[in-house]
Amino acid sequence: MGSALASDQLYVRETVRHSVKILIAGHFAVGKTTIVGALSEIRPLRTEEQMTQAGESVDDPSGVPGKTTTTVAMDFGRLTLSDDLVLYLFGAPGQERFKQMWNDLARGALGALVLADTRRIEESFDVMTLLEERGLPYAVAINQFDGAPVFPEDELREALDLLPATPLVRCDARDPVSSTRALIALVEYLIESKKRESA
Amino acid sequence: MSPPRPERALVRPHVVTGGRAHPTRNIFDLVTLVIASRSQVGGLSPEKRRVMELCQGGALSVAEVAAHLALPASVTKVLLSDLVDSGHIVTRASAAEAGQATDDMLREVLDGLRARL
Repeated sequence: MGSALASDQLYVRETVRHSVKILIAGHFAVGKTTIVGALSEIRPLRTEEQMTQAGESVDDPSGVPGKTTTTVAMDFGRLTLSDDLVLYLFGAPGQERFKQMWNDLARGALGALVLADTRRIEESFDVMTLLEERGLPYAVAINQFDGAPVFPEDELREALDLLPATPLVRCDARDPVSSTRALIALVEYLIESKKRESA
Repeated sequence: MSPPRPERALVRPHVVTGGRAHPTRNIFDLVTLVIASRSQVGGLSPEKRRVMELCQGGALSVAEVAAHLALPASVTKVLLSDLVDSGHIVTRASAAEAGQATDDMLREVLDGLRARL
């Protein structure tokens, strides 16, 4: 911890008064931590949360039927966007069983960027459902892995079953510029959606 | 690309919080910014002293405090909540508590992201 405390970038700039968060959502190994690392101004951090969940197993050995505790890790990063505002990016795992953590993460979030992999498109459905259930708007970014098939946009839209208004972009999660563009597509969409709502 | 795992706290979470699982107030989002508002730490538990030591230096989000101290976010919220009650910590509101993000805030996010390109 000593070295972290010595870092100039450890603390949020003094003038900052507001903080917002955007979720980076996606299934296992889709590049969530990579994109958080590419965008964050601080070394990405990890916090753990203990989840008490409704158990699916009936023969819970702990003797407390229907409840189990798991630990889930969240990786996150920070971007100072102005003198007044910081943005936090949280990697959100695509599993239904982390419901409580999802509620905590989704509460007050501006929206989510769903990372998808063309080799495993169907694995993105769960995370999209989790977002839709919570009414959290999202854009989809195809993390274009080396050697993964490249499909035309209309085929991807159909495979992902996206609404016409939902942005679909390609990005390289390792590349800060490409990843920033994906976030910009999301925020433009959030502003547009808000306009439509209030119209 | 995964960051190194932080050192584990040596004390079990429920010991740290005095057996409580929930904070006395529900004002904390993961991105709520917290900062120390006084320097005296007399009478505080070791874990709260650690929080204060970290928060003396400037503002951090609840999630950052948790990560730097290798504590679960829920435990961190309990500690911070007590420290707000005792006047040691003050918060700066996050968008989550203010309800929906305003148009102005979204615009500020957009401008900030574009400026990074």
